[in-house]
Amino acid sequence: MFGAGGGTSSYQEAEETNVIFLWGSNARETHPIFFHHVLRGVRNGARLIAVDPRKTSSAEWADVWLGIDVGSDIALANAMARVIIHADLANKEFIAGATTGYEEFARCVEAYTLKRAEAETGVPADAIEKVALDYARAERGMICWTLGITEHHNATDNVLALINLGLLTGKVGRYGCGLNPLRGQNNVQGGGDMGAIPARLPGFQDLEIQAIHDKFASAWGGAQFPSKKGWHLSEMFEAMDHGELRSIYIVGENPARSEADQTRAVRLLSGLDHLVVQDIFLTQTAELAHVVLPAAAGWAESDGTVTNSERRVQRVRRALEPPPGARDDIDIICELARRMGSDWGHPTAEQVWDECRALSPMHAGMAYRRLDELDGIQWPCPDESHPGTQFLHGRLWKDPVEGPRAPFHAVENDPPVDKLSEEFPIRLTTGRRLDSFNTGVQTGEYTSPLRKGEALLISPEDGHSLGVEDGECVRASSRRGSVEVNVRFEPSLRPGLAFMSLHFPDQVATNVLTIDATDPKSGTAEFKASAIRIDKIPAPAPT
Amino acid sequence: MAEAVFVGLPKRFVSLSIDGREVEVLEGSTILDACRRLEVDTPTLCQLDNLTPVNVCRVCVVEVEGARVLVPACSRRVEAGMKVRTDSERVRHSRRLVLELLGSSVDMSLCSAQVRGWMERYGAVPERFGVGAATVAQPVKVDNELYVRDYSRCILCYKCVEACGVDAQNTFAIGVAGRGFDAHISTEFDTPLPDSACVYCGNCIGVCPTGALMFKSEHDMRGAGTWDEGRQSVTETVCPYCGVGCMLELHVQDNSIVKVTSPLDHSVTSGHLCVKGRFGFEFVQRRKG
Amino acid sequence: MDIRTTGGPATDVEMAAVDGLLGDPEPVDHRVAYGGRAVRSLRHLLLPVLHAIQDRTGWVSRGALEYACRRLSIPPAEAYGVVSFYARFAHEPRDAKVVHVCDDIVCSLAGANAVEGAIRVPCLGLCDRAPASLVERFGADYQAVQMPETPPHVVAGVQLLRRVGVVDPESIESYRAHGGFAGLQRAREIGREAVIAMVSEAKLLGRGGAAFPTGRKWESVAKAQAQPHYLVCNADESEPGTFKDRVLMENDPFAVVEAMAIAAFATGCERGYIYVRDEYPLARRRIGKAISQSRELLGVELEVRRGAGAYICGEETALFNSIEGKRGEPRNKPPFPVEVGLFGKPTLVNNVETLLNVLDIVNGDFGDTRIFCVSGRVSRPGVYEVPMGTPLRSLLEIAGAGDIQAVLLGGAAGSFLTADQIDVALSFEGTRAIGATLGSGAVIVFDETADMKEVLLRIARFFRDESCGQCVPCRVGTKRQEEILERMFTERDGDRSADVMLLSDIAQAMRDASICGLGQTAANAIASGLTQLKVLNG
Repeated sequence: MFGAGGGTSSYQEAEETNVIFLWGSNARETHPIFFHHVLRGVRNGARLIAVDPRKTSSAEWADVWLGIDVGSDIALANAMARVIIHADLANKEFIAGATTGYEEFARCVEAYTLKRAEAETGVPADAIEKVALDYARAERGMICWTLGITEHHNATDNVLALINLGLLTGKVGRYGCGLNPLRGQNNVQGGGDMGAIPARLPGFQDLEIQAIHDKFASAWGGAQFPSKKGWHLSEMFEAMDHGELRSIYIVGENPARSEADQTRAVRLLSGLDHLVVQDIFLTQTAELAHVVLPAAAGWAESDGTVTNSERRVQRVRRALEPPPGARDDIDIICELARRMGSDWGHPTAEQVWDECRALSPMHAGMAYRRLDELDGIQWPCPDESHPGTQFLHGRLWKDPVEGPRAPFHAVENDPPVDKLSEEFPIRLTTGRRLDSFNTGVQTGEYTSPLRKGEALLISPEDGHSLGVEDGECVRASSRRGSVEVNVRFEPSLRPGLAFMSLHFPDQVATNVLTIDATDPKSGTAEFKASAIRIDKIPAPAPT
Repeated sequence: MAEAVFVGLPKRFVSLSIDGREVEVLEGSTILDACRRLEVDTPTLCQLDNLTPVNVCRVCVVEVEGARVLVPACSRRVEAGMKVRTDSERVRHSRRLVLELLGSSVDMSLCSAQVRGWMERYGAVPERFGVGAATVAQPVKVDNELYVRDYSRCILCYKCVEACGVDAQNTFAIGVAGRGFDAHISTEFDTPLPDSACVYCGNCIGVCPTGALMFKSEHDMRGAGTWDEGRQSVTETVCPYCGVGCMLELHVQDNSIVKVTSPLDHSVTSGHLCVKGRFGFEFVQRRKG
Repeated sequence: MDIRTTGGPATDVEMAAVDGLLGDPEPVDHRVAYGGRAVRSLRHLLLPVLHAIQDRTGWVSRGALEYACRRLSIPPAEAYGVVSFYARFAHEPRDAKVVHVCDDIVCSLAGANAVEGAIRVPCLGLCDRAPASLVERFGADYQAVQMPETPPHVVAGVQLLRRVGVVDPESIESYRAHGGFAGLQRAREIGREAVIAMVSEAKLLGRGGAAFPTGRKWESVAKAQAQPHYLVCNADESEPGTFKDRVLMENDPFAVVEAMAIAAFATGCERGYIYVRDEYPLARRRIGKAISQSRELLGVELEVRRGAGAYICGEETALFNSIEGKRGEPRNKPPFPVEVGLFGKPTLVNNVETLLNVLDIVNGDFGDTRIFCVSGRVSRPGVYEVPMGTPLRSLLEIAGAGDIQAVLLGGAAGSFLTADQIDVALSFEGTRAIGATLGSGAVIVFDETADMKEVLLRIARFFRDESCGQCVPCRVGTKRQEEILERMFTERDGDRSADVMLLSDIAQAMRDASICGLGQTAANAIASGLTQLKVLNG
């Protein structure tokens, strides 16, 4: 956010704020322990506002739930901004001192009247107005989001629309105020921290800046490495499609199951010249590989660090011996280097980390010893006397502002790519359930009494109009494929809205239905919005 | 790069005397906090640092000069000039009786060594109420694959109810039902857990002081005689699932995870986890070499 | 709140009972919902809803409970904890007519144990007409009738009791004709500070048992910063042998209501509750009528809340929890109710008799009297109002006591006096001097034919039944006390000194370490009985 790729607040601030938005996030089930902090905030008097097409278990706790149409988030955010501006609740001083681009933004949102927002989101105008005023008037307010914002073809614009609200009201860079993506996997943040994104080196340092490139090159003994940004995941699949990308080394991902439009993903992966998969399981992707490198489990069988959604770098430690043949990621990579003719020795995780600290200023003060003593440290932590940073962007409140100003971005509403039609009249959205995780590879191994298997959740009204019973097996089809699945009636869903998870690909390959329309900026696919139809499966004719 | 850190309003110190020794603690502290500051070992059963004090077990009672009855150290806030006695005859008597009354009605054999130490210190002899004394003995409830409930061991400290409720999980799958000696922890209409609101976060197990709530893996191993804490290591690491970053303590015996807990004082979890973090570890040890 | 219910649907009748109280549910809106704290704040309606269900159907089924939970946003396990806490809620189906027979101390003396086929319940507060019972008929026209239905046996008093039997308890005109609402008007004329000053100057002590200076309590609430302030009139009169508040509420309900309005005015309460025990249906009805007839005069919103069969709810903080829709578990004090009371706000709690005294103070005719409930082996059981300090002997004489083996003063939480102690003066100081207490004003008389072992056992059983179960000394202590007493009274031989020692050890721990007054006094009567009475001699 404004140059730093992480949530601005700490969890503790959720306990001491006045308004919390959960926007496209069912944190009750997907981030249960973060939700504990939210609930403490609620008990301390914070108003909770949930924005979600589904009335989720998180929404059940909310003081206000807005059941928007899937993918209409920008219409809502822009209309809220217009309400705030017209009510003279914009923080003019902050805007003038700490931001850029306000005029263009204000012109853009002026078109988002409440009437228009009601038409585009489906949410009554008075409710939109009310939450906008609640947020603007609160002394402190936080906006938190998850994949409901980012698994869209215009994910980046969605995020920018939320950031605009924080800037407009000066609700960033202060205690209890902030803009927070809740990371879906235990080290998504850490992956970014370490430069596992196309344009960055560790510490979010820009690969394309010569001085930075030089710093790394000299630390690595004059090593040659690209000085232009690479591809993100969706671009890699594009490149595979065009024959530009022929070999891939995949570490700890299962794209054959987790990619939208799964049929296409499997076809492209199968057509590679060389596929190496390093994983703790023989995943479906690994089954397609030419070489599989069995790895130790990062969280329990090896040492290292991960970074959480409040930018806290934390130690993971080896508690178990890995199974025979499985090796630590560091060992594997160093062995690969050795075979390629470069001897990196046998560094410990701490030695690797110390090298990172020497190159990444935001991690510089995070010696293992300090990570142990302080139960992890929130970046930035520039030196070993620094306690870590509870919230980001306090600099925006300095007079004059330290560092660059925060930009507004005028963004327009752009509904999902997979349009509803007479043929595909039902909006399918996807998500996680409390006891399961992603493609179920890990969670499938423990016996959860909550688990009921995959089902297509639909409103009872849709069930009745389709003439299907609760529990009946139906055919669900999108423009890309179709699956057979049992329906389950879910009264909290409105007619026209259906829900599935991705947890049981062996039972139901949900991603056969989803669309791979991706955000050109972030490379995330629009898992949250497919158009489907549901057909009753005719009874077999009597013989 | 340093950012401002919110520290709240400044607090004053309050001075009081405990067993004749002066001590200063922050205003708003409890007598228990002050006792700990002086390293006065104070027995507690229903108190836990990550839960709101319910002061029901009454084993922490102390004598405060001027008070008609004894007061619970765990919840009573300090006042300036308070004179507290933690080892008077009255205090010792009530602590002994609380331990005896519990010991005579509940199976406390899996309580910590610390609890047994208090029993000894206060000369508690639970047997003295005679063989006919009513107990809470009942069969173990095994109704799911993740954890078991053995209410013969329940001292009704309310900790599990608090962890399931307002203090952490806010699921409220269990509450206290009935009253008097018949009061007990129960789901609605005593329905089995799979039919209840339980979401299997296991935070009730995490706070249970008597072994009444237990991982099924531990229960089974104890049944088979293979549970051996002497051979277990505890390693802190981070949960492999979502991006919240919950600190786990993996209890490992013979290269197998047998139990998962979280440190009470960790700022992310306060000791509480979700079902995936608490129980979702099997995958790592079901891989074959 | 995300609530999961799995018990199946409620019947139409059950849903109608709930909706009758709460109004019809809002239609589902798939686009916007206002929930959260607005819905969670309905929790306090749980007991009224449970009563509505049970009055209609005779019990609280799982389906009905869960329907109530969904409407009020209460987790079912918590609601079950509440249902199972209160003795008067049934969770099994019952006949449309249920008879509750009192088998407590006084009614047992009068032979109630002989009644077959009825539910045995603790004191119904009808000791002047023992043996007593309560008959309920469930259905659309729910009825509860206290039996016998005769009017009060004896009402003797000139001050607090002066309107009993004189005014028409269902007519505001009749009450006005007897000077009604003059006190409230005068209070408004002189202002709240002057009212509090009058109460303080009268040195009125609370009649609920703790004898706390009323004026000081009022002053604390009036000055409390936090808002709003609440008023609670404690009419959960459940101490065995006590029935004076019932007599007052049934026969002079407007006076109770007027006194509440004065208290609310003086202490700045915007809402007041009168918590009437469920076993007093007539009192509840008449108070309710009095409130509705005088609503526009009161200047405060008053509401009758119905208990559900829990002695502990007479303890003020347990009573708050009960009004809030929770188990009647007492809270630890401090903080005291004047700071953190009902719904966490400053709260004035007074019992019925205390408030009636205030009415007289404001009207300028305060006479420091005390009402006693005399029952047991006397020829004229009833309520007697006497000046503070009257010797117990005189009271017993006018009530027609004959030969006396013992007197239980203050109910189950009180203590036994022997015949040679009845010259004690009935005042706070007088009773304290002999280690006794006025308590609730219950005076139960036993002649030589009474089986005092049975009486002690009944008291032990009472506390075991009525302990809320929260704290260890009381929960297990009351159970052990009952067990040991039974053992002592049934085993013919053996050395009883060990058991006497055990009882005394338990008593001391209950007194010192229990959370509330119930546990702290649960051993009093038994301890005094064992030392004063000849129960261990044969």
